[in-house]
Amino acid sequence: MATTTNVRVGVLPVSNAVRPPRSLWGDAWYQFRRHKLAMAGLGVLLLLVLGTLVGPFVYRTPINVIDFKVAIEGPSPDHLFGTDDLGRDLLARALWGGRVSIAVGLTAVLIAITLGTTIGSLAGYFNKLDNPLMRFTDLFLSLPILPLLLVIIYLFRDTLRAAFGPELGVFIMIVTVIGVLQWMPVARLVRAQFLSLKQKEFVEAARAIGAADRRIIFRHILPNVLSPVLVAATIGVGGAILTESTLSFLGLGFPPDVPTWGRLLYDAQNYIDVAPHWAIFPGLLIFLTVLSINYIGDGLRDALDPRKSA
Amino acid sequence: MGRYVVRRLLVSIPTLIVISFVIYAILALAPIDPLSQFGADPRIPPEARENIRRALGLDQPWPIRYVKWMTAMFTGNFGVSFMSHSPVSELIKQRLPNTLAVVGVAELVGIAIGIPIGMISAIKRYSIFDHVGTTFAFMGFSVPTFFTGLLLIILFGIKLRWFPFIYDSTLQIHDLNSLTQQIRQSIMPITVLGLFNVATIARYVRAEMLEHLPLDYVRTARGKGLRERFVVLRHVLRNSLIPVVTLVALGIPAVFAGAIVTEQVFRVPGIGDLLVNSIGTGDIPVVATVVFIFAVLVVLFNLVADLLYAVLDPRIRYT
Repeated sequence: MATTTNVRVGVLPVSNAVRPPRSLWGDAWYQFRRHKLAMAGLGVLLLLVLGTLVGPFVYRTPINVIDFKVAIEGPSPDHLFGTDDLGRDLLARALWGGRVSIAVGLTAVLIAITLGTTIGSLAGYFNKLDNPLMRFTDLFLSLPILPLLLVIIYLFRDTLRAAFGPELGVFIMIVTVIGVLQWMPVARLVRAQFLSLKQKEFVEAARAIGAADRRIIFRHILPNVLSPVLVAATIGVGGAILTESTLSFLGLGFPPDVPTWGRLLYDAQNYIDVAPHWAIFPGLLIFLTVLSINYIGDGLRDALDPRKSA
Repeated sequence: MGRYVVRRLLVSIPTLIVISFVIYAILALAPIDPLSQFGADPRIPPEARENIRRALGLDQPWPIRYVKWMTAMFTGNFGVSFMSHSPVSELIKQRLPNTLAVVGVAELVGIAIGIPIGMISAIKRYSIFDHVGTTFAFMGFSVPTFFTGLLLIILFGIKLRWFPFIYDSTLQIHDLNSLTQQIRQSIMPITVLGLFNVATIARYVRAEMLEHLPLDYVRTARGKGLRERFVVLRHVLRNSLIPVVTLVALGIPAVFAGAIVTEQVFRVPGIGDLLVNSIGTGDIPVVATVVFIFAVLVVLFNLVADLLYAVLDPRIRYT
């Protein structure tokens, strides 16, 4: 292509003929940038992630200093988000808790995506596995997720806490359980894509030159499934953050000394009449994070949809 | 239609059996002793504890216990609560109506408001209504239900004092006055769940209608001179609702999750509240039953969705 352009240089003005080539991801980014709300979401999310990562180093108020003199006070220059019933600084706690909440979201989705992609690929590619694996998926889809989560956490919490320590143990458990109970939509999505892609000529061609199943799955089909999985993963992070905060809100998430956003709300609900700020700030943080993630997912969906980027 | 219904009913029975097995296996294999409450009490001698175990049948292997539990459940016997010593079926009977009322009304609110919003958004795409509606829908399913609940409590319960923010479970409806009281205290829990439902349904309806509006059959319908109202309601909406029903059915576990949270926030004495409290006290028979009831509800609502599906799409009835 480059040489033909050069040949034409004599005829056409150079500026007209050359359009810098764009890669697939470059094109997606170009499309994504035009989605204003998705860009706004990306900005807000980056700000929140940076805040929780760097924040505790800049805003050096400790999260666990108890000071009854300033207990349950609204926002003030000293404590921007106010304080809780023990006089602990809520901004510091929210920043620290955000780390945990976001880490839970990312890790849980990683598990869900891995499981979902594996099961979906197997079901979509191997006809024999399709029916049993999809029945299995349907079964999981009709499980009452939250009640089961609550029961599993209640039953296995102490064992894991003893094995991995109070914080890591709970983290491992929550992340695993959320991941294991959220892979089903991804599996369905991947299976549907596999079913249509494996009929395509390029797969036939690959098979004709003797590519093994493993190679066809990993080199030829999976890369084509990547974009819908990416969209699902993005939205899944929001869902996982919501689930974690719900668990913490019901008192079955992290222990009280790990102030995740849901945990802060759980502690706040009994003081809601005297200290509404205690609930509002962490609640807004969850809301903003999930909203930004959903907008990013929406933007990604549009950007990665080849029908729209004509 | 009749055969379709029967077949769907028959499919859901094995599903429920497998789910009940999963629930029981999780409870049985957990590294926690169902009698730990008694075990912590030093006044109970070991022999007595053994006797209690044997009386409760806990000395048998768990697959046998599962079969017994299952067969007992078919006869309506759900066991006895460790804590209140009343039959679990009694507890469920008291609380299930509350949950069903809140979830059911919230679902109706979602359908009644969500479908029109999604429809108008799709028809008047990129209008102000569409922008407001879409933003609202996005917010509606990004906000955790417990946060909406707490915000409503702060605003309408504490600041404005319009509604009571603690649900009075002792309230008996016998006259007009207590009826209005019941409605007043139900408004906030239903609003919280309803908002979530409206947001999801509106979003799905809009997306599906947008897929269908440019299709040929719509042009045909317009071309043969049907009025626009008729084209939209009879043709586009009906076809768009088919995938919406599937999506809503997939979201049913999320609705019940929302119900558990809402019951906690407003202290509504439903089965979600029962579940959380029983987990707190380690009341295993109640926990097992309530989780199973939730599974039954999810399967049941899925069944309803499937039947709706058949009503909307004649092709499904005849295959």
